[in-house]
Amino acid sequence: MKYLKGVATLEYDTSKCKGCGLCAQVCPHGVFVMADKRARVTDKDLCMECGACMRNCEHGAIKVNAGVGCAAALIRGMVTGDVSCGCSSETDKNKGACC
Amino acid sequence: MKEKVKLGEKPGACCGGSTEAQCAPRKTPFRTDSILTRKDRLDHFRCRVGSYRMKSTVEPGLYALGNPGQNSDVFVTANYKMSFDILRGSLSGMDAWILVLDTKGINVWCAAGKGTFGTEELVKRIFAEGLFEKVSHRRIILPQLGAPGISAPDVRKQTGFRPVYGPVRAADLKAFVAAGCKAGQGMRRVEFGLLDRLVLTPMELRPAFKAFFLFAMIVLALSGLLPSGISFSSALSLGAPILILGIVSIIAGAFITPALLPYIPFRSFAVKGWLAGLVSLIMAWAFVTVPEGVAFKAMSFIFFPLASSYLALQFTGSTTYTGMSGVARELKISIPVYTAGVLISSVLFIALKLGQWGIL
Repeated sequence: MKYLKGVATLEYDTSKCKGCGLCAQVCPHGVFVMADKRARVTDKDLCMECGACMRNCEHGAIKVNAGVGCAAALIRGMVTGDVSCGCSSETDKNKGACC
Repeated sequence: MKEKVKLGEKPGACCGGSTEAQCAPRKTPFRTDSILTRKDRLDHFRCRVGSYRMKSTVEPGLYALGNPGQNSDVFVTANYKMSFDILRGSLSGMDAWILVLDTKGINVWCAAGKGTFGTEELVKRIFAEGLFEKVSHRRIILPQLGAPGISAPDVRKQTGFRPVYGPVRAADLKAFVAAGCKAGQGMRRVEFGLLDRLVLTPMELRPAFKAFFLFAMIVLALSGLLPSGISFSSALSLGAPILILGIVSIIAGAFITPALLPYIPFRSFAVKGWLAGLVSLIMAWAFVTVPEGVAFKAMSFIFFPLASSYLALQFTGSTTYTGMSGVARELKISIPVYTAGVLISSVLFIALKLGQWGIL
């Protein structure tokens, strides 16, 4: 299953890649593969912007506007300005349980 | 090369405390096993269907599964009980350490997105639990879906422990470990099969029906409104078909759309939901006695598919593949459409009532 075309904010700078391969390991959608000791992007449209690759890239080769792909969270964000997943423990009574 | 931290000797790094007393690791780890009881399974069911999920937690800390020793593997998870249970349940027959992070009762993936399943919490736990003394090796196995919150290089620099990302599904863990911590075919990919989608639908339907209750009250009251007072028969003749079609639109948006997700055309969830809503409405129309006239039909065909569309859009929060930019784009287009749809159908409803009263 693929989501909307051409919206993912993933940016990858091959020249900064040192070939550790962590991005290929953490991506749950196979966006990165290792080829010739460097990471290569397979299909950017598969990216769900979770940010795992960016966070684990020591060399700053990957940039993505990471966040939750959740309509309820984004709508709440429009009202409160805080765009984060609203799922929380019992201390947050009024929140739905999305994920 | 950066300065190397000697393992276990980083001053004041464990819990922010600087004295030995504050940094002393808890003496005995909790004990656990890999047996899932009927009560555990009942807990999981209750988590799937309601707000019990908010209370289903385990105490964060280090757990001994079986009789782990210095060479046993360390697995990290969240303190959502279902996450912990699924992990220990898939480690049957193994002696291992389970390090449970305090994620405020949220599962690994969602907590990683928030950062509570994160580098800081992991580093803190490693020091607080004295993991350096529990094991002689320096490898910890993290769930792959914890990666959005964890920087493996930072954890290594701060603790000396080398995080290894395990497979997406705990069920693959034994095979992963047996292969020398190498992920086999498909272990690193998140799927979103029919069953994965269906278990999520109760929590789509529940909030929708909660809102529907309020909607039903308003619709019945307004439908029954006559210049002479409130009429029960009028409330039913106009209100009942609206409520039935409303229920149909909820099922279309919050159940049929998730269930048939890959088979409904278009990638946009708003469009998928609208289509599912439209088809369901056309099918339901044949079985519902609706008031005469074009106003009711127009109102229904504007309002109900949009309601399904809105509910389907909510499912983006539960999927494993929708990103923020995509959802933001959908909302930018759909929210004005929803607003216009509600306004137009409200006007049509008022016109319908006025016609009924003989004013129009």
